[in-house]
Amino acid sequence: MNKVFAFLFLASAAIAGDRAAVDGPALERLVKQDCGSCHGLTLKGGLGPDIRPDSLAHHDPETLGTIILDGIPGTAMPPWRPLLTKAEVEWVVTYLLTGVAE
Amino acid sequence: MNRLILTTICGLVFGAPAFAQSTGDLGIVVERATGSLLVVDQSDRARIGRIEGLGDLSHASLVYSPDQQFAFVFGRDGGLTKVDILSQTIVARVMQAGNSIGGAISDDGKLVAVSNYEPGGVRIFDTATLEMVADIPTGSKTIGLVDIPGSRFVFTLWDDGETWIADMSSGTPEITKIKDIGINPYDALVTADGRTYITGLFGEDHLTALDLWQETPEPQPILQGYGKGREGLPVYKMPHLEGWALAGGEFVLPAVGQHEVLWVDARSLQETGRTPTHGQPVFAMSRPDGRHVWVNFAHPLNDTIQVIDSTTKAVIHEFSPGPGVLHMEFTPRGHEVWLSVRDAGKVMIYDTQTFEKLREIEADSPSGIFFTARAHRLGL
Repeated sequence: MNKVFAFLFLASAAIAGDRAAVDGPALERLVKQDCGSCHGLTLKGGLGPDIRPDSLAHHDPETLGTIILDGIPGTAMPPWRPLLTKAEVEWVVTYLLTGVAE
Repeated sequence: MNRLILTTICGLVFGAPAFAQSTGDLGIVVERATGSLLVVDQSDRARIGRIEGLGDLSHASLVYSPDQQFAFVFGRDGGLTKVDILSQTIVARVMQAGNSIGGAISDDGKLVAVSNYEPGGVRIFDTATLEMVADIPTGSKTIGLVDIPGSRFVFTLWDDGETWIADMSSGTPEITKIKDIGINPYDALVTADGRTYITGLFGEDHLTALDLWQETPEPQPILQGYGKGREGLPVYKMPHLEGWALAGGEFVLPAVGQHEVLWVDARSLQETGRTPTHGQPVFAMSRPDGRHVWVNFAHPLNDTIQVIDSTTKAVIHEFSPGPGVLHMEFTPRGHEVWLSVRDAGKVMIYDTQTFEKLREIEADSPSGIFFTARAHRLGL
């Protein structure tokens, strides 16, 4: 019974993009380690540009979310849609813009 | 009597081989997140010390002095640090740029060169003092820096697709520029004989080779159209090219955006085969004898290692050491291999014949592993 309830809860959370379904610490690690493989562990830039809050401040969250999901064709920025949900990308965008993990 | 004591003391201080620590089987493991280095003993399969205070060591690499006592560490933050692995201390440190990506040491051990993203270019330092002796701005992010004989360094421009050769034999750099290497070269390697410089391209469906023994090296596309007709997969980590590519008479190279490694004949540079792999390869490293090739993979498949037989080009072994296998280093004759397993916080040591795990060493977010035997090889 509990299992069914848990399943329904997770399913509805995924559909609604509920932030409760997002694993903040895992995403923070992903940003540092995997975004960091091009943008640097401190996000100050490498082969890819600086993506610290001050550098991103002039972008709106929606644009950043689209860039993360779909990448930038013709550049080394890959689409993360195969690996991240919309809710997870929203978390990453907020994290990048504020520098604070929720 | 006094003379006897003096002689004894002198013997102890100056001439006592029993007290000398050898360095030939030592090494360094980079702890990327904490800005520290572990000094390790490859024969004892043990860590023997830690050196701290090296700044941002994400993507850090290092080279060794010819006497295998000093390492020159290239930090991501532009820091160039000289460490003494015997005393396990920092000897000298300079912040030479804002954003760096690797370096090389000259064949005579007198110069160390650093490849910089910001400001784009290469800077060259005296290994004794870390004083800058040459500044070579390129106006581009600079990658694939290696040494070749004759106090020369070779490097490539990410933004402009050019390879430059800097000849330092006269003390000031004489630059030879080679155009049309290709779009967005992401890394390069030189073979252990210093002859073939192979550049990986992110922006084109081939790699480019230069024969550095030619008077005027001409870019030669190799493996043209290796991804043709197939969808290029998203690249979450650029592959690395290192001077461990020769396996038998062939070079083994990572494909970009494909789950495979590519084989070319070392002399003709014609394709000789492809091996489908678990994921997109990051390192394809030939064991020192060339018989096997060990491959690790990009995120999100970076928990796995595959071993390929270089005679059949077939995968003969696959295993999952743990989350985030970032780097591999073979012992000089290849009987063991050390793996950095970043998210497990461990370096794992395996027998390369039986694939048995021999030891685990605790390390904080380990990345690059560098044994001192590199001191005596070109291009490393």
